[in-house]
Amino acid sequence: MRYAETGFNLEVDLTRGNIERVATDPRLTELYLGGLGTNAKILWDRVPPDVEPFSPDNLLIFSTGLLVGTPAVGCNRTIVSTISPQTQLMAFSMMGGFWAPELKYAGYDKVIIRGKSSDLVYLWINDDKVEIRDASHLQGKGTTETAELIRAELKEPNAQVSAIGTAGENRVYFASIEQGKSSASRGGIGAVMGDKGLKAIAVRGSKDIFIARPEEFMALCNEVLEYIKVRRENPIPGVMPILAGLGSPQEMVIHDEKWHTENFAWGNSRVRRKGFWTKEVAEQWTGTMESMRTRLISCHNCPMKCAATISVPGLPTYMMKCFSKLTYTMAAMSDLEFGLSIAQRATEYGVDAFSAPQVMAFALELYEAGILTDQHFPGMPSDNEGRFYWLLDRIVRREGIGDILANGTHWAAEQIGNGAEEYAHNNIKKHEQLPLKLSMLNPIYFLMYSTGEKINITQIEGNFPQAPFVTREEREEFAKDWIQVPNEKIKQHFLDWEPRGEHSIPHYPGVDATCEIVDWQEMMHYIDDATGMCAGLSSFPLKPPYHIHNLPTLISAATGIDLDEEGLKQIARRNRNLVRAVNIRRGMRRKDEKPPADHWKKRFPELETELIDTYYRFKGWNEQGIPTRESLRELSLGYVAADFLKRGILADGEDAPSRETSGQEEET
Amino acid sequence: MKGEQRKKIVKTIKIDVDKCNGCRACELICSAFHAAPQYSSNNPRRARIRVVHDPLRDIYVPVYAGEYAAAECAGRDKYTIDGKEYDECSFCRASCPSRDVFKEPDSGLPLKCDMCESEPPLSEPMCVQWCLADALIYEEREEEVEEEEAQEEIEIGLEAMASKHGWQKLLDTAARMSRKG
Repeated sequence: MRYAETGFNLEVDLTRGNIERVATDPRLTELYLGGLGTNAKILWDRVPPDVEPFSPDNLLIFSTGLLVGTPAVGCNRTIVSTISPQTQLMAFSMMGGFWAPELKYAGYDKVIIRGKSSDLVYLWINDDKVEIRDASHLQGKGTTETAELIRAELKEPNAQVSAIGTAGENRVYFASIEQGKSSASRGGIGAVMGDKGLKAIAVRGSKDIFIARPEEFMALCNEVLEYIKVRRENPIPGVMPILAGLGSPQEMVIHDEKWHTENFAWGNSRVRRKGFWTKEVAEQWTGTMESMRTRLISCHNCPMKCAATISVPGLPTYMMKCFSKLTYTMAAMSDLEFGLSIAQRATEYGVDAFSAPQVMAFALELYEAGILTDQHFPGMPSDNEGRFYWLLDRIVRREGIGDILANGTHWAAEQIGNGAEEYAHNNIKKHEQLPLKLSMLNPIYFLMYSTGEKINITQIEGNFPQAPFVTREEREEFAKDWIQVPNEKIKQHFLDWEPRGEHSIPHYPGVDATCEIVDWQEMMHYIDDATGMCAGLSSFPLKPPYHIHNLPTLISAATGIDLDEEGLKQIARRNRNLVRAVNIRRGMRRKDEKPPADHWKKRFPELETELIDTYYRFKGWNEQGIPTRESLRELSLGYVAADFLKRGILADGEDAPSRETSGQEEET
Repeated sequence: MKGEQRKKIVKTIKIDVDKCNGCRACELICSAFHAAPQYSSNNPRRARIRVVHDPLRDIYVPVYAGEYAAAECAGRDKYTIDGKEYDECSFCRASCPSRDVFKEPDSGLPLKCDMCESEPPLSEPMCVQWCLADALIYEEREEEVEEEEAQEEIEIGLEAMASKHGWQKLLDTAARMSRKG
């Protein structure tokens, strides 16, 4: 009997058209939980480092989290993992919605796709009946449109559909996988799906998910619901509204965009516009949102309403969430009406709402700078908004200059040359980032940006406040019921952290304290990504209902696995190191671990070196960021160490830990 | 069976379709509550509440399982409310042969909402407790009703089996099985 998980994966070979239902090893659940953890294990075992992203041997894994489909509130994430065409590293974009729970109810924890289909197909999973079906009639169809057409032809209005659009079909390096209101957008995983000739996966399930210790588990779930109510009535004072509550930043609800529009960068992540948020703009944008937003909506089993149905007059209805509200508007230096309108087309095409607008702004900057000229833009309209639509159409079809831009700013700049590299300035590990230009280096963010392997700041930042509170009283008030903090030390770092003076950034929190804070925040994300818990109720917001002190019991009660806090931390460390190992084996090193070039004006090279050095040591990595043999063995990752030694990534003695490893360990 | 006039507490759930956020927590928790042992499993397909949803047309209708209907009805009409078109079926509580809702997925037996009757009684049915959007509001009101003899759960089940297989077959099977036992 398996609890919380189904104990079965679906293995689909698109080259041969072969489908198998494969029982999984329960020991892997104990070691890696599920979701990202077991995905990383599969990629490590089955995708050697010489496999190109667009090789039939690359795997595309759609995984549910371990607790998805149980009553755990807000636990609904699909973790999609593959090798990214853009970063050439492991991509593990995720989405909420309803797809993962439905897959669990159909009786599977993961769908593992390998090979390539010569014709466009889609997968239809209906409990035990799984079919590869022709999708030639869906070629070029939008993501929402595809989902609707599939539901209609299957006569299954309640089937959940994950689909790619034109961008994925044409292997755009920042193509997304869309699922109604949710999307797995980062890292170009939609391009891998397109490369495999897979248009969509539709799923419907009618089986039971079991809980090991129901009474204990339900008591925790009810506590979580109660705490959500408490937090709803008690927003955190002293922080901006989008950070005061739970959920992902409430972009669909909150109209006040002073913070984003004046502190985030416009265009190709270039300019900050102080004084932009006037009364007139506020009124106009509020009017736009209120007239186009039909309803606030949620993911499976979650009371937060982070998404909305958007109906722009004259355009088909679509669904939106979070900061995609502003990325197109700000890249184009336009208004919200434009942003909501072009997002409709972009969602149907299936592109990432961080990368796509930035790539277009980048292209127009190159045009202004004379690096790209009229010959690259034949027939481009002269108006600003028109140019964005024109570019979007060309990128997703890979037509003309669009074929180059479709590879993202890093690769496009390399191809264009002539100084274009300077314009691809807002990337980490070749991937476009949130458009921010700030003044003083923040040591916490520096480490998170540089070393995070989700390569996306919102997926590593979290429970520690983004900025110090002004007065000691405010800090004490915040810390009073801060039950989520892992230890008193971190609480003290926050209490002593001040906006100015000796105890302010960049030298406070100190290097060691910074390492502890970053490690905590990252650990919470790695736990969520294994359980399928939404970061919005756990690793992301201030004072969430799920935290390191209640998650071990929740996971244990659901699965029956013995687990305490130290055990869960150990699993998070194991998963973190395994993801790093996949990337290290693909060539990632210290030189790649840098924040976006133009992110902070005031930089501190010596401090930055010390931060990286100390953090690597803290994590048990050598000076290149490679997990040492000893730390790998402590995490039962001896097989990784053995592989590193075999490949010469680690040499005997080179990673010399401070003490000798005790005895002989079996390397499996 | 002839009922008699008497006062009774009627338990109802007020449904506000405008407030529904479509999370379907009600379906999940309903099926978990009714699992045996309680909360040991969940499966929305066993739920006695169903959110009829069509996000692109902004349709969200939580509907509770009511009486079993042996035959398909003629109801194929459409309602337009606030410019949105609803199937008549969307509001119907019956477990009936024309659709696959409100039936146990394995046996096909009909499901019916029991307001989470339990001992000790809950303050509110679980779906209401888990609906933080307040789309479901529990209400008790006193009404004068002509009360029918409450049909036991087993009777509902037997009636459904009988209408599927016929009384004779059912009685024969019951007789055969009881001899074995």
